[in-house]
Amino acid sequence: MAERERRKTPPYGGVFVARTRVMDGDDVHRALWRMAHEVLERNQGADDVALVGLQTGGVPLARRLAGNLEQIAGDVPPVGTLDVALHRDDIGVRPVLPEEVTDIPFDVDGRTIVLVDDVLFTGRTIRAALDALHHYGRPRAVQLAVMIDRGHRELPIRPDYVGKNLPTRRDEAVDVHDDGVDLGEMLK
Amino acid sequence: MTATRLHRHILSVADLGRDGLEELLKLTDTFVEVSARAIPKAPALRGKTVVSLFYEDSTRTRLSFETAAKRLSADTMTFSVSSSSVKKGESVRDTVETIEAMGIDALVVRHGSAGVPLRVAGWVHDRVSVINAGDGWHEHPTQALLDCYTIRQHRGGLEGMRIAIVGDVKHSRVARSDVLAYTALGAEVVLVAPPTLLPPSLEGWPVTVSHDLDGVLGSVDVVGLLRMQTERTTEALIPSLREYTAGYGLTRARLDRLDDKVLVMHPGPMNRGVEISADAATSDRAVILDQVRNGVAVRMAVLYLLLGTGALS
Repeated sequence: MAERERRKTPPYGGVFVARTRVMDGDDVHRALWRMAHEVLERNQGADDVALVGLQTGGVPLARRLAGNLEQIAGDVPPVGTLDVALHRDDIGVRPVLPEEVTDIPFDVDGRTIVLVDDVLFTGRTIRAALDALHHYGRPRAVQLAVMIDRGHRELPIRPDYVGKNLPTRRDEAVDVHDDGVDLGEMLK
Repeated sequence: MTATRLHRHILSVADLGRDGLEELLKLTDTFVEVSARAIPKAPALRGKTVVSLFYEDSTRTRLSFETAAKRLSADTMTFSVSSSSVKKGESVRDTVETIEAMGIDALVVRHGSAGVPLRVAGWVHDRVSVINAGDGWHEHPTQALLDCYTIRQHRGGLEGMRIAIVGDVKHSRVARSDVLAYTALGAEVVLVAPPTLLPPSLEGWPVTVSHDLDGVLGSVDVVGLLRMQTERTTEALIPSLREYTAGYGLTRARLDRLDDKVLVMHPGPMNRGVEISADAATSDRAVILDQVRNGVAVRMAVLYLLLGTGALS
Protein backbone atom coordinates (compact mmCIF):
# COMPACT_ATOMS: atom_id res chain seq x y z
CA MET A 1 0.00 0.00 0.00
CA ALA A 2 1.47 3.32 -1.01
CA GLU A 3 2.35 5.82 1.63
CA ARG A 4 -0.09 8.32 0.14
CA GLU A 5 -2.98 5.88 0.49
CA ARG A 6 -2.07 4.98 4.07
CA ARG A 7 -1.99 8.60 5.04
CA LYS A 8 -5.49 9.07 3.75
CA THR A 9 -7.17 6.04 5.23
CA PRO A 10 -7.63 6.39 8.97
CA PRO A 11 -7.34 4.56 11.34
CA TYR A 12 -4.25 3.26 9.51
CA GLY A 13 -3.30 6.80 8.59
CA GLY A 14 -0.39 8.76 9.89
CA VAL A 15 2.89 10.06 8.64
CA PHE A 16 5.48 7.66 7.31
CA VAL A 17 8.90 8.05 8.90
CA ALA A 18 11.69 6.26 7.07
CA ARG A 19 14.35 4.47 9.14
CA THR A 20 16.29 2.35 6.67
CA ARG A 21 16.74 2.52 2.93
CA VAL A 22 16.36 -1.14 1.87
CA MET A 23 16.57 -0.64 -1.91
CA ASP A 24 17.85 2.36 -3.80
CA GLY A 25 16.63 3.48 -7.22
CA ASP A 26 19.19 1.29 -9.03
CA ASP A 27 18.13 -1.77 -7.03
CA VAL A 28 14.50 -1.23 -8.01
CA HIS A 29 15.57 -0.67 -11.61
CA ARG A 30 17.52 -3.94 -11.70
CA ALA A 31 14.75 -5.86 -9.92
CA LEU A 32 12.24 -4.71 -12.54
CA TRP A 33 14.54 -5.92 -15.34
CA ARG A 34 14.92 -9.31 -13.66
CA MET A 35 11.16 -9.56 -13.10
CA ALA A 36 10.51 -8.74 -16.75
CA HIS A 37 12.80 -11.60 -17.80
CA GLU A 38 11.08 -13.92 -15.35
CA VAL A 39 7.66 -13.01 -16.77
CA LEU A 40 8.90 -13.85 -20.26
CA GLU A 41 10.56 -17.09 -19.16
CA ARG A 42 7.52 -18.28 -17.25
CA ASN A 43 5.05 -17.45 -20.06
CA GLN A 44 7.33 -18.30 -23.01
CA GLY A 45 7.06 -14.74 -24.28
CA ALA A 46 4.54 -12.00 -23.64
CA ASP A 47 2.00 -12.65 -26.39
CA ASP A 48 -1.06 -13.15 -24.21
CA VAL A 49 0.24 -11.31 -21.17
CA ALA A 50 -1.40 -8.15 -19.83
CA LEU A 51 -0.37 -6.18 -16.75
CA VAL A 52 -2.77 -4.75 -14.20
CA GLY A 53 -1.35 -2.29 -11.68
CA LEU A 54 -3.16 -1.96 -8.37
CA GLN A 55 -4.03 1.59 -7.34
CA THR A 56 -2.11 3.43 -6.32
CA GLY A 57 1.37 1.98 -5.66
CA GLY A 58 1.26 -0.76 -8.29
CA VAL A 59 0.42 1.49 -11.23
CA PRO A 60 3.83 3.08 -11.89
CA LEU A 61 5.55 -0.28 -11.37
CA ALA A 62 3.22 -1.93 -13.90
CA ARG A 63 4.05 0.76 -16.45
CA ARG A 64 7.79 0.34 -15.90
CA LEU A 65 7.51 -3.44 -16.13
CA ALA A 66 5.57 -3.07 -19.39
CA GLY A 67 8.30 -0.80 -20.74
CA ASN A 68 10.94 -3.42 -19.90
CA LEU A 69 8.90 -6.18 -21.54
CA GLU A 70 8.62 -4.08 -24.67
CA GLN A 71 12.36 -3.57 -24.82
CA ILE A 72 13.13 -7.26 -24.39
CA ALA A 73 10.31 -8.86 -26.40
CA GLY A 74 9.47 -6.10 -28.88
CA ASP A 75 5.79 -5.67 -28.12
CA VAL A 76 4.35 -3.58 -25.32
CA PRO A 77 1.81 -5.60 -23.35
CA PRO A 78 -1.54 -3.95 -22.52
CA VAL A 79 -1.55 -2.21 -19.14
CA GLY A 80 -4.61 -1.61 -17.00
CA THR A 81 -5.20 -0.18 -13.55
CA LEU A 82 -7.47 -1.57 -10.87
CA ASP A 83 -8.86 0.04 -7.74
CA VAL A 84 -10.03 -2.69 -5.40
CA ALA A 85 -11.78 -0.48 -2.82
CA LEU A 86 -15.27 -1.80 -3.62
CA HIS A 87 -14.11 -5.40 -3.27
CA ARG A 88 -12.27 -5.12 0.04
CA ASP A 89 -13.38 -7.19 3.02
CA ASP A 90 -12.93 -4.35 5.48
CA ILE A 91 -15.64 -2.06 4.07
CA GLY A 92 -17.56 -0.83 7.07
CA VAL A 93 -14.60 -1.56 9.36
CA ARG A 94 -12.69 1.47 8.14
CA PRO A 95 -13.47 4.16 5.57
CA VAL A 96 -12.57 2.84 2.15
CA LEU A 97 -13.00 5.14 -0.81
CA PRO A 98 -11.80 4.45 -4.33
CA GLU A 99 -8.75 6.54 -5.21
CA GLU A 100 -9.00 6.35 -8.96
CA VAL A 101 -11.35 4.97 -11.58
CA THR A 102 -10.44 1.46 -12.68
CA ASP A 103 -9.29 1.26 -16.29
CA ILE A 104 -8.93 -2.12 -18.00
CA PRO A 105 -8.83 -1.23 -21.71
CA PHE A 106 -8.47 -4.78 -23.01
CA ASP A 107 -10.37 -8.07 -23.05
CA VAL A 108 -9.49 -10.10 -19.97
CA ASP A 109 -10.89 -13.38 -21.34
CA GLY A 110 -8.19 -15.91 -22.13
CA ARG A 111 -5.25 -13.68 -21.22
CA THR A 112 -2.59 -14.20 -18.62
CA ILE A 113 -2.95 -11.29 -16.23
CA VAL A 114 0.01 -10.20 -14.13
CA LEU A 115 -1.22 -8.22 -11.14
CA VAL A 116 1.39 -5.70 -10.03
CA ASP A 117 1.58 -4.12 -6.58
CA ASP A 118 4.26 -2.39 -4.58
CA VAL A 119 4.05 -4.25 -1.26
CA LEU A 120 2.58 -7.68 -0.46
CA PHE A 121 1.56 -7.83 3.19
CA THR A 122 -1.59 -9.58 4.46
CA GLY A 123 -2.74 -10.60 0.98
CA ARG A 124 -6.16 -9.01 1.45
CA THR A 125 -5.67 -6.45 -1.32
CA ILE A 126 -4.76 -9.26 -3.72
CA ARG A 127 -7.83 -11.26 -2.69
CA ALA A 128 -9.96 -8.20 -3.45
CA ALA A 129 -8.14 -7.74 -6.77
CA LEU A 130 -8.80 -11.37 -7.77
CA ASP A 131 -12.46 -10.86 -6.95
CA ALA A 132 -12.64 -7.61 -8.93
CA LEU A 133 -10.76 -9.06 -11.90
CA HIS A 134 -13.34 -11.78 -12.44
CA HIS A 135 -15.99 -9.14 -13.00
CA TYR A 136 -14.20 -8.27 -16.24
CA GLY A 137 -13.96 -11.79 -17.65
CA ARG A 138 -12.18 -15.10 -17.19
CA PRO A 139 -8.40 -14.82 -17.45
CA ARG A 140 -6.46 -17.90 -18.53
CA ALA A 141 -4.21 -17.41 -15.53
CA VAL A 142 -3.45 -14.74 -12.95
CA GLN A 143 0.08 -14.15 -11.68
CA LEU A 144 1.33 -11.73 -9.06
CA ALA A 145 4.35 -9.42 -9.19
CA VAL A 146 5.35 -7.32 -6.16
CA MET A 147 8.37 -5.17 -5.46
CA ILE A 148 8.42 -6.10 -1.75
CA ASP A 149 7.14 -9.22 -0.03
CA ARG A 150 7.12 -8.30 3.64
CA GLY A 151 5.45 -11.45 5.02
CA HIS A 152 2.60 -11.64 7.57
CA ARG A 153 0.16 -13.24 5.15
CA GLU A 154 -3.39 -13.72 6.42
CA LEU A 155 -4.61 -15.55 3.31
CA PRO A 156 -3.19 -18.38 1.16
CA ILE A 157 -1.66 -16.05 -1.45
CA ARG A 158 1.91 -16.09 -2.77
CA PRO A 159 3.67 -13.94 -5.33
CA ASP A 160 5.13 -15.25 -8.61
CA TYR A 161 7.65 -12.45 -9.10
CA VAL A 162 9.31 -10.63 -6.19
CA GLY A 163 11.66 -7.65 -6.22
CA LYS A 164 12.88 -8.31 -2.69
CA ASN A 165 11.83 -10.44 0.26
CA LEU A 166 11.94 -8.16 3.27
CA PRO A 167 11.41 -9.58 6.77
CA THR A 168 9.48 -7.01 8.80
CA ARG A 169 7.71 -6.57 12.07
CA ARG A 170 3.96 -6.24 11.80
CA ASP A 171 4.03 -2.68 13.15
CA GLU A 172 6.62 -1.48 10.65
CA ALA A 173 5.71 0.17 7.37
CA VAL A 174 7.25 -0.09 3.91
CA ASP A 175 7.21 2.73 1.38
CA VAL A 176 8.00 2.13 -2.29
CA HIS A 177 8.67 5.35 -4.20
CA ASP A 178 10.55 6.62 -7.24
CA ASP A 179 13.96 6.68 -5.54
CA GLY A 180 13.76 3.28 -3.87
CA VAL A 181 12.23 1.48 -0.93
CA ASP A 182 12.25 2.59 2.72
CA LEU A 183 11.47 0.66 5.88
CA GLY A 184 10.13 2.70 8.76
CA GLU A 185 7.11 3.42 10.93
CA MET A 186 3.81 5.18 10.63
CA LEU A 187 3.47 7.89 13.25
CA LYS A 188 -0.15 8.38 14.22
CA MET B 1 -9.63 10.62 -1.53
CA THR B 2 -10.61 11.73 1.92
CA ALA B 3 -14.20 11.29 2.92
CA THR B 4 -16.00 14.53 3.57
CA ARG B 5 -18.00 14.07 6.71
CA LEU B 6 -21.48 14.29 5.34
CA HIS B 7 -24.63 13.85 7.30
CA ARG B 8 -25.93 10.37 7.82
CA HIS B 9 -28.92 11.19 5.63
CA ILE B 10 -29.31 12.95 2.30
CA LEU B 11 -32.40 15.10 2.58
CA SER B 12 -31.45 18.27 0.72
CA VAL B 13 -28.79 19.44 -1.69
CA ALA B 14 -28.14 22.22 0.79
CA ASP B 15 -26.80 19.64 3.29
CA LEU B 16 -24.10 18.56 0.87
CA GLY B 17 -22.47 21.87 0.00
CA ARG B 18 -19.98 22.29 -2.80
CA ASP B 19 -17.47 19.82 -1.31
CA GLY B 20 -20.08 17.12 -0.78
CA LEU B 21 -21.42 17.55 -4.30
CA GLU B 22 -17.96 17.39 -5.83
CA GLU B 23 -17.04 14.35 -3.80
CA LEU B 24 -20.18 12.53 -4.92
CA LEU B 25 -19.61 13.48 -8.57
CA LYS B 26 -16.02 12.22 -8.43
CA LEU B 27 -17.13 9.01 -6.74
CA THR B 28 -19.77 8.56 -9.45
CA ASP B 29 -16.97 8.12 -12.04
CA THR B 30 -16.05 4.89 -10.26
CA PHE B 31 -19.60 3.59 -10.44
CA VAL B 32 -19.99 4.50 -14.11
CA GLU B 33 -16.98 2.25 -14.65
CA VAL B 34 -18.48 -0.52 -12.49
CA SER B 35 -21.69 -0.34 -14.54
CA ALA B 36 -19.68 -0.85 -17.74
CA ARG B 37 -18.02 -4.09 -16.58
CA ALA B 38 -18.91 -7.49 -18.04
CA ILE B 39 -20.44 -8.26 -14.63
CA PRO B 40 -21.61 -4.83 -13.44
CA LYS B 41 -21.65 -5.66 -9.79
CA ALA B 42 -19.46 -5.03 -6.76
CA PRO B 43 -19.80 -6.73 -3.37
CA ALA B 44 -19.44 -3.46 -1.45
CA LEU B 45 -22.84 -3.46 0.28
CA ARG B 46 -23.27 -7.18 0.85
CA GLY B 47 -25.55 -7.79 3.81
CA LYS B 48 -27.08 -4.32 3.72
CA THR B 49 -30.79 -3.87 3.10
CA VAL B 50 -32.16 -0.88 1.21
CA VAL B 51 -35.90 -0.23 1.33
CA SER B 52 -37.79 1.98 -1.11
CA LEU B 53 -40.70 3.61 0.64
CA PHE B 54 -42.71 5.25 -2.11
CA TYR B 55 -45.95 7.04 -1.32
CA GLU B 56 -46.04 8.45 -4.84
CA ASP B 57 -45.81 6.81 -8.23
CA SER B 58 -42.39 6.56 -9.80
CA THR B 59 -40.76 4.59 -12.57
CA ARG B 60 -37.24 5.80 -12.95
CA THR B 61 -36.32 6.89 -9.45
CA ARG B 62 -37.52 3.71 -7.76
CA LEU B 63 -36.01 1.38 -10.37
CA SER B 64 -32.84 3.46 -10.43
CA PHE B 65 -32.33 3.18 -6.66
CA GLU B 66 -33.11 -0.54 -6.77
CA THR B 67 -30.69 -1.14 -9.62
CA ALA B 68 -28.04 0.88 -7.79
CA ALA B 69 -28.52 -1.11 -4.58
CA LYS B 70 -28.44 -4.43 -6.44
CA ARG B 71 -25.27 -3.53 -8.34
CA LEU B 72 -23.66 -2.98 -4.95
CA SER B 73 -24.94 -6.38 -3.79
CA ALA B 74 -27.37 -4.94 -1.23
CA ASP B 75 -30.75 -6.57 -0.69
CA THR B 76 -33.73 -4.48 -1.67
CA MET B 77 -37.32 -4.31 -0.56
CA THR B 78 -40.02 -2.21 -2.11
CA PHE B 79 -42.95 -0.71 -0.35
CA SER B 80 -45.72 0.63 -2.48
CA VAL B 81 -48.78 2.22 -1.03
CA SER B 82 -51.33 0.48 -3.23
CA SER B 83 -50.55 -3.00 -1.90
CA SER B 84 -49.74 -2.16 1.74
CA SER B 85 -51.38 -1.64 5.10
CA VAL B 86 -51.57 2.07 4.33
CA LYS B 87 -54.84 1.06 2.72
CA LYS B 88 -55.95 -0.05 6.19
CA GLY B 89 -55.02 3.33 7.65
CA GLU B 90 -51.49 2.74 8.96
CA SER B 91 -49.63 6.00 9.59
CA VAL B 92 -46.28 6.88 8.02
CA ARG B 93 -44.59 6.65 11.39
CA ASP B 94 -45.99 3.21 12.20
CA THR B 95 -45.04 2.03 8.73
CA VAL B 96 -41.48 3.31 9.12
CA GLU B 97 -41.07 1.78 12.57
CA THR B 98 -42.43 -1.55 11.35
CA ILE B 99 -40.05 -1.69 8.40
CA GLU B 100 -37.14 -0.56 10.53
CA ALA B 101 -37.84 -3.32 13.06
CA MET B 102 -37.13 -5.87 10.33
CA GLY B 103 -33.51 -4.71 10.36
CA ILE B 104 -32.66 -2.41 7.49
CA ASP B 105 -29.85 0.00 6.63
CA ALA B 106 -31.39 2.62 4.37
CA LEU B 107 -34.80 4.03 3.58
CA VAL B 108 -35.34 5.72 0.23
CA VAL B 109 -38.39 7.89 0.79
CA ARG B 110 -40.73 9.57 -1.66
CA HIS B 111 -43.84 11.33 -0.44
CA GLY B 112 -46.26 13.91 -1.77
CA SER B 113 -45.68 16.20 1.21
CA ALA B 114 -42.58 18.29 1.73
CA GLY B 115 -40.61 17.37 4.84
CA VAL B 116 -41.66 13.73 5.21
CA PRO B 117 -38.08 12.40 4.70
CA LEU B 118 -36.90 14.82 7.39
CA ARG B 119 -39.53 13.51 9.80
CA VAL B 120 -38.63 9.92 8.92
CA ALA B 121 -34.97 10.71 9.62
CA GLY B 122 -36.02 11.84 13.08
CA TRP B 123 -37.87 8.60 13.77
CA VAL B 124 -35.30 6.02 12.66
CA HIS B 125 -32.46 4.80 14.83
CA ASP B 126 -28.78 5.64 14.48
CA ARG B 127 -27.83 2.95 12.04
CA VAL B 128 -30.44 3.72 9.38
CA SER B 129 -29.83 6.28 6.63
CA VAL B 130 -32.67 8.16 5.00
CA ILE B 131 -32.45 9.35 1.41
CA ASN B 132 -34.95 11.83 0.02
CA ALA B 133 -36.23 10.57 -3.32
CA GLY B 134 -38.61 13.48 -3.77
CA ASP B 135 -40.84 15.20 -1.22
CA GLY B 136 -43.73 17.31 -2.45
CA TRP B 137 -42.57 20.55 -4.03
CA HIS B 138 -39.47 20.61 -1.85
CA GLU B 139 -36.46 18.67 -3.14
CA HIS B 140 -35.16 15.71 -5.11
CA PRO B 141 -31.42 15.70 -4.35
CA THR B 142 -30.31 12.66 -6.34
CA GLN B 143 -31.99 14.08 -9.45
CA ALA B 144 -29.90 17.24 -9.04
CA LEU B 145 -26.76 15.10 -8.64
CA LEU B 146 -27.42 13.16 -11.82
CA ASP B 147 -28.22 16.38 -13.69
CA CYS B 148 -24.91 17.87 -12.54
CA TYR B 149 -23.07 14.69 -13.45
CA THR B 150 -24.60 14.65 -16.93
CA ILE B 151 -23.60 18.27 -17.57
CA ARG B 152 -20.10 17.59 -16.23
CA GLN B 153 -19.83 14.52 -18.46
CA HIS B 154 -20.73 16.47 -21.60
CA ARG B 155 -19.24 19.86 -20.85
CA GLY B 156 -16.40 19.12 -18.44
CA GLY B 157 -17.89 20.96 -15.48
CA LEU B 158 -20.49 23.44 -14.34
CA GLU B 159 -18.28 26.41 -13.54
CA GLY B 160 -19.37 29.34 -15.72
CA MET B 161 -22.18 27.42 -17.44
CA ARG B 162 -25.43 29.29 -18.07
CA ILE B 163 -28.37 27.01 -17.45
CA ALA B 164 -32.04 27.70 -18.20
CA ILE B 165 -34.66 25.88 -16.15
CA VAL B 166 -37.87 26.13 -18.12
CA GLY B 167 -41.44 25.45 -17.06
CA ASP B 168 -43.40 24.73 -13.94
CA VAL B 169 -40.86 25.85 -11.34
CA LYS B 170 -43.56 26.42 -8.76
CA HIS B 171 -44.49 22.75 -8.32
CA SER B 172 -41.07 21.34 -9.12
CA ARG B 173 -38.84 19.75 -6.50
CA VAL B 174 -36.37 19.04 -9.29
CA ALA B 175 -36.03 22.77 -9.96
CA ARG B 176 -35.37 23.54 -6.30
CA SER B 177 -32.65 20.91 -5.99
CA ASP B 178 -31.16 21.79 -9.38
CA VAL B 179 -30.91 25.50 -8.55
CA LEU B 180 -29.08 24.72 -5.30
CA ALA B 181 -26.69 22.26 -6.93
CA TYR B 182 -25.99 24.19 -10.14
CA THR B 183 -25.25 27.44 -8.33
CA ALA B 184 -23.17 25.72 -5.64
CA LEU B 185 -20.98 24.35 -8.45
CA GLY B 186 -20.52 27.76 -10.05
CA ALA B 187 -23.18 27.82 -12.77
CA GLU B 188 -25.54 30.69 -13.49
CA VAL B 189 -29.24 29.81 -13.51
CA VAL B 190 -32.08 31.56 -15.29
CA LEU B 191 -35.65 30.44 -14.58
CA VAL B 192 -37.98 30.75 -17.55
CA ALA B 193 -41.69 30.43 -16.82
CA PRO B 194 -44.97 32.32 -16.91
CA PRO B 195 -45.43 34.31 -13.66
CA THR B 196 -48.16 31.91 -12.51
CA LEU B 197 -45.76 28.96 -12.60
CA LEU B 198 -43.08 30.63 -10.49
CA PRO B 199 -43.04 30.41 -6.68
CA PRO B 200 -44.78 33.37 -5.00
CA SER B 201 -41.41 34.59 -3.74
CA LEU B 202 -37.95 34.03 -5.15
CA GLU B 203 -36.26 35.99 -2.41
CA GLY B 204 -32.88 34.48 -1.64
CA TRP B 205 -32.82 32.32 -4.77
CA PRO B 206 -29.50 32.91 -6.59
CA VAL B 207 -31.21 33.09 -9.99
CA THR B 208 -32.47 35.49 -12.62
CA VAL B 209 -35.97 35.21 -14.06
CA SER B 210 -37.26 35.60 -17.58
CA HIS B 211 -40.65 35.21 -19.20
CA ASP B 212 -39.19 35.15 -22.70
CA LEU B 213 -37.83 31.74 -23.70
CA ASP B 214 -36.79 32.89 -27.19
CA GLY B 215 -34.73 35.71 -25.68
CA VAL B 216 -32.90 33.29 -23.38
CA LEU B 217 -32.17 30.39 -25.73
CA GLY B 218 -29.40 32.21 -27.61
CA SER B 219 -27.24 32.64 -24.51
CA VAL B 220 -27.46 29.34 -22.62
CA ASP B 221 -25.36 26.17 -22.48
CA VAL B 222 -28.06 23.93 -21.06
CA VAL B 223 -31.86 23.91 -21.39
CA GLY B 224 -33.47 21.95 -18.58
CA LEU B 225 -37.15 21.42 -19.18
CA LEU B 226 -39.62 20.66 -16.41
CA ARG B 227 -42.68 18.48 -16.71
CA MET B 228 -46.05 20.17 -16.74
CA GLN B 229 -47.47 18.51 -13.65
CA THR B 230 -51.01 17.97 -14.81
CA GLU B 231 -51.74 15.85 -11.70
CA ARG B 232 -50.76 18.67 -9.35
CA THR B 233 -52.08 21.76 -11.10
CA THR B 234 -55.74 21.88 -10.23
CA GLU B 235 -55.74 25.65 -10.32
CA ALA B 236 -56.03 27.46 -13.63
CA LEU B 237 -52.44 28.67 -13.92
CA ILE B 238 -52.15 28.67 -17.69
CA PRO B 239 -54.81 29.41 -20.28
CA SER B 240 -54.26 26.10 -22.08
CA LEU B 241 -51.51 23.59 -22.71
CA ARG B 242 -51.37 24.70 -26.31
CA GLU B 243 -50.75 28.28 -25.27
CA TYR B 244 -48.08 27.09 -22.81
CA THR B 245 -46.32 25.18 -25.59
CA ALA B 246 -46.40 28.23 -27.85
CA GLY B 247 -44.67 30.35 -25.19
CA TYR B 248 -42.49 27.91 -23.24
CA GLY B 249 -42.30 24.58 -25.05
CA LEU B 250 -39.09 23.43 -26.75
CA THR B 251 -40.68 23.17 -30.17
CA ARG B 252 -39.01 22.08 -33.38
CA ALA B 253 -38.55 25.72 -34.41
CA ARG B 254 -36.81 26.61 -31.13
CA LEU B 255 -34.68 23.46 -31.29
CA ASP B 256 -33.43 24.46 -34.73
CA ARG B 257 -32.23 27.80 -33.40
CA LEU B 258 -30.15 26.25 -30.60
CA ASP B 259 -26.38 26.06 -30.91
CA ASP B 260 -25.10 22.51 -31.53
CA LYS B 261 -23.37 22.38 -28.16
CA VAL B 262 -26.47 23.15 -26.09
CA LEU B 263 -27.67 20.25 -23.96
CA VAL B 264 -31.38 19.52 -23.73
CA MET B 265 -32.36 17.87 -20.44
CA HIS B 266 -35.59 16.59 -18.97
CA PRO B 267 -36.06 14.74 -15.66
CA GLY B 268 -38.94 12.65 -17.08
CA PRO B 269 -41.59 11.58 -17.49
CA MET B 270 -41.98 13.73 -20.58
CA ASN B 271 -45.20 15.15 -21.92
CA ARG B 272 -44.19 15.02 -25.56
CA GLY B 273 -45.80 17.82 -27.48
CA VAL B 274 -46.26 19.96 -24.36
CA GLU B 275 -42.98 21.10 -22.76
CA ILE B 276 -40.83 19.22 -25.26
CA SER B 277 -41.49 18.30 -28.86
CA ALA B 278 -40.81 14.78 -30.09
CA ASP B 279 -38.03 16.19 -32.31
CA ALA B 280 -36.32 17.83 -29.36
CA ALA B 281 -36.61 14.71 -27.20
CA THR B 282 -34.84 12.56 -29.80
CA SER B 283 -32.37 15.13 -31.15
CA ASP B 284 -28.60 14.83 -30.81
CA ARG B 285 -28.64 17.59 -28.22
CA ALA B 286 -30.96 15.64 -25.90
CA VAL B 287 -29.11 13.87 -23.08
CA ILE B 288 -32.25 12.56 -21.43
CA LEU B 289 -31.26 8.89 -21.54
CA ASP B 290 -27.76 9.78 -20.32
CA GLN B 291 -29.51 11.31 -17.31
CA VAL B 292 -31.23 7.99 -16.64
CA ARG B 293 -27.99 6.01 -17.09
CA ASN B 294 -26.05 8.36 -14.85
CA GLY B 295 -28.86 8.23 -12.29
CA VAL B 296 -27.96 4.64 -11.44
CA ALA B 297 -24.27 5.47 -10.96
CA VAL B 298 -25.03 8.59 -8.89
CA ARG B 299 -27.31 6.58 -6.61
CA MET B 300 -24.63 3.90 -6.26
CA ALA B 301 -22.28 6.65 -5.10
CA VAL B 302 -24.85 7.95 -2.62
CA LEU B 303 -25.59 4.49 -1.21
CA TYR B 304 -21.91 3.59 -1.04
CA LEU B 305 -20.99 6.81 0.72
CA LEU B 306 -23.80 6.47 3.25
CA LEU B 307 -23.64 2.71 3.88
CA GLY B 308 -20.26 1.49 2.69
CA THR B 309 -17.55 3.77 3.88
CA GLY B 310 -18.36 4.02 7.54
CA ALA B 311 -17.12 7.57 7.08
CA LEU B 312 -20.44 9.13 7.88
CA SER B 313 -21.31 7.72 11.27
